[in-house]
Amino acid sequence: MVQVRLWGSLASAIGDQTEVEIEAGTLGELLEGLAERYPALRPQLDRGVSVAIDGLLYNDSWFTPIKEDSEVVLLARLEGG
Amino acid sequence: MALGSKRDTSKRDFKIVGTRPLRPDGIDKVTGRARYGADMSAPGMLVGLVLRSPHAHARIKSIDTSRAEALTGVHAVVTRADFGDVEDAATADTLDNCMAGAKALYDGHAVAAVAAASDAVAKQALKLIEVEYEPLPHVTDVDEAMAPGAPVLHEGRTDETVPQGMSANVISRCQFGHGDIEAGLAKADRVLKRTYRTEATHQGYIEPHACLASMGPDGQADLWCCTQGHYMVRNTCAAILGLEQGKLRVTASEIGGGFGGKTTVFLEPVALMLSKKAGRPVKMVMTRSEVLRATGPTASSSIDVRIGMTKDGRITAGFAELRYQGGAYPGSPVNMGAMSAFAPYDLENVRTIGWDVVTNRPRQAAYRAPGAPIAAFAVESAIDELAKGFGLDPLEVRLKNAAREGTRASYGPTYRAIGLEATLRTAKDHPHWTAPLGPNQGRGVACGFWFNFGGDTCVSLNITPDGTVTLTEGNPDIGGSRASMSMMAAEELGIPYDKVRTVIADTGSLGQNEVTDGSRVTFAVGLATIEAARAAKREMCRRAAKVWGIDEEAVVWEDGAAKPSGPNAGEFPPMTLEEIAAIASNTGGPIAGHFEVNAEGAGVSFATHMVDTEVDPETGAVRVLRYTVFQDAGKAVHPDYVEGQFQGGAAQGIGWALNEEYIYGEDGTLQNPGFLDYRIPVASDLPMIDTVILEIPNPGHPYGVRGVGETSIVPPLAAVANSVSDASGVRLTDLPLSPPKVLAAIQSR
Repeated sequence: MVQVRLWGSLASAIGDQTEVEIEAGTLGELLEGLAERYPALRPQLDRGVSVAIDGLLYNDSWFTPIKEDSEVVLLARLEGG
Repeated sequence: MALGSKRDTSKRDFKIVGTRPLRPDGIDKVTGRARYGADMSAPGMLVGLVLRSPHAHARIKSIDTSRAEALTGVHAVVTRADFGDVEDAATADTLDNCMAGAKALYDGHAVAAVAAASDAVAKQALKLIEVEYEPLPHVTDVDEAMAPGAPVLHEGRTDETVPQGMSANVISRCQFGHGDIEAGLAKADRVLKRTYRTEATHQGYIEPHACLASMGPDGQADLWCCTQGHYMVRNTCAAILGLEQGKLRVTASEIGGGFGGKTTVFLEPVALMLSKKAGRPVKMVMTRSEVLRATGPTASSSIDVRIGMTKDGRITAGFAELRYQGGAYPGSPVNMGAMSAFAPYDLENVRTIGWDVVTNRPRQAAYRAPGAPIAAFAVESAIDELAKGFGLDPLEVRLKNAAREGTRASYGPTYRAIGLEATLRTAKDHPHWTAPLGPNQGRGVACGFWFNFGGDTCVSLNITPDGTVTLTEGNPDIGGSRASMSMMAAEELGIPYDKVRTVIADTGSLGQNEVTDGSRVTFAVGLATIEAARAAKREMCRRAAKVWGIDEEAVVWEDGAAKPSGPNAGEFPPMTLEEIAAIASNTGGPIAGHFEVNAEGAGVSFATHMVDTEVDPETGAVRVLRYTVFQDAGKAVHPDYVEGQFQGGAAQGIGWALNEEYIYGEDGTLQNPGFLDYRIPVASDLPMIDTVILEIPNPGHPYGVRGVGETSIVPPLAAVANSVSDASGVRLTDLPLSPPKVLAAIQSR
């Protein structure tokens, strides 16, 4: 199980849970698991999120491995200029 | 420390990376040989022009183009009726921004376009298009747009994060942070509560938007344009026009500045549609007025801040509520402002709330570290005021609260190795910090943070028969990437820099490449370049092994040559890249390396800026006397370009702080759509901007590279405001700090 930290707006959507646990070994499994287990997160997940895994930023690479003790933080989708 | 100094904390001993070779595009750019967007032409080319709304907000009741179409020399007229529906909401907004649908949403919004044999005929044709408008109430201010009863731009765009009962102009809400704000504030010796405002500013690129479109009767099309990302242009235009992406080939011109403003399309779908209807190539070039009225700018904002601090300078809690208007469509960068506002600090209690709001202004476009400079202005101003109120050194206060490796960031993750503390300590040791100041002069400092990104990247590295190397990449060269890529390829291959030429390919020549944005190119394209060079080296080792008749595992690559290695490899003289290239045809055919990746794992970066200003107490005019940038680059591949990015960010931030603003009249029309009235700083306005490069390697890149293009614009708004506040003796909270505003503040002391 991976501990996932949610930002405030996402936490509000699921009863102010700031951390949830998901069975996932990759980034793709994590996002899919979140959407399945917490349908209220789906609108934001569909709009796009970024994910910090052990302090590094990821967007779309489904097969990025996540270890059980990894720090995983969902972030609003990042865009640059 | 010398001007333009560099403090090297990286371990690897580089031979080419870190040096300052001549830029490969320099001669073309100073002789006029370089081709920009407006330099493209084609046989039979027509001139395309756009008719724009004179109203800030109006229903378009009808458009009669018949008289324009009947004019001799006019080959096509397009309106929104020529475009089909687009399913994706963001792309539909892009289409609506390129060509208005039911409503004109801002002064300058495109409502029709013509293609004609000459500029004069096209201008005449625009006058013959009859648009019947029903003017509607408008709103251009973010706080007014959020108020109940404000004129509403769109119904039904508010998302699930917005509480019921708010204006339909409020599109979304975001919240970040951790801890208990009220408990933290209760521990403070002083709680500062302030409201800050910033105005919209344009990216101010010198080259206006321009493109040349040619669509054939078979549905295949070519487009040449000035952009930060021609793959994005291809994909967006294909979606808008219902084309298959492979049928549209886009070639990027040289680019005279972008800064985020060229990460979307404005003219390109219109030019393609005009070309399709006319059956001829169509060229479109914006005027400066069109650029200012209808492209960019960044968001404007109002921000409430509450920060608690103990008398020894420890921040006990930080709170900010940020309201950004991003023009007529959803998508202001408030979420990134909210994430980055307190990112430089190690805080037990921190919370930010952001509101994305629409107004009757042009759709905002990204501008270097979108959203972050605005948020940093508010937070860094408040920290400065608190520090000064306690009589504390503002650098020491920042050091006391600085985020370090292991700090939980205000936006969630735990930082790896970061360079904020190094920038602060270097700033404190720099002679600028202790230099004397004269009457009416002040000094300000501020910190800034940016995320940096990676993304889809594709490069091809080809060994030519004579042993020179061509590197093909898919990102327009905005900040010196051709030089940086050539350097990284040469470093990896062990050959001289001038043996590598980097070219920017069209969309038909490589796979998908993300836009040149997010400070991603030196990181992501550099990573792909290094891996492509490594692939080519492996192949060259394999070829040498075949020639020598030994196992390829017994061959290594050193100093630009294959060498036998290991006890049983045998005695062979090194075989150079040139020698291997010369016999490539005999050993298996052409040699190339390529690499395709979604380059994730970019490293965040920090900067500290220091600025001295002098305020004229009789006029309120501000002069920038001295400016020093301290920033972590991870690894500076070509330090000249890194310093240029630092200086450019500082210069644009100074303009944002002191002069630049979108000024709207009572009728909602832009009052200053030209560089005479929209005043960006020019060379004579600024001192030489000193730079200090710090190098704390990014563990996510083979050479330790972080992005550098955006962080440099994050601190200057606050640094300048802190400096002017120090010089004038009065705290200034509304940007820009134009002379009337500063004078009024001085007189109210």
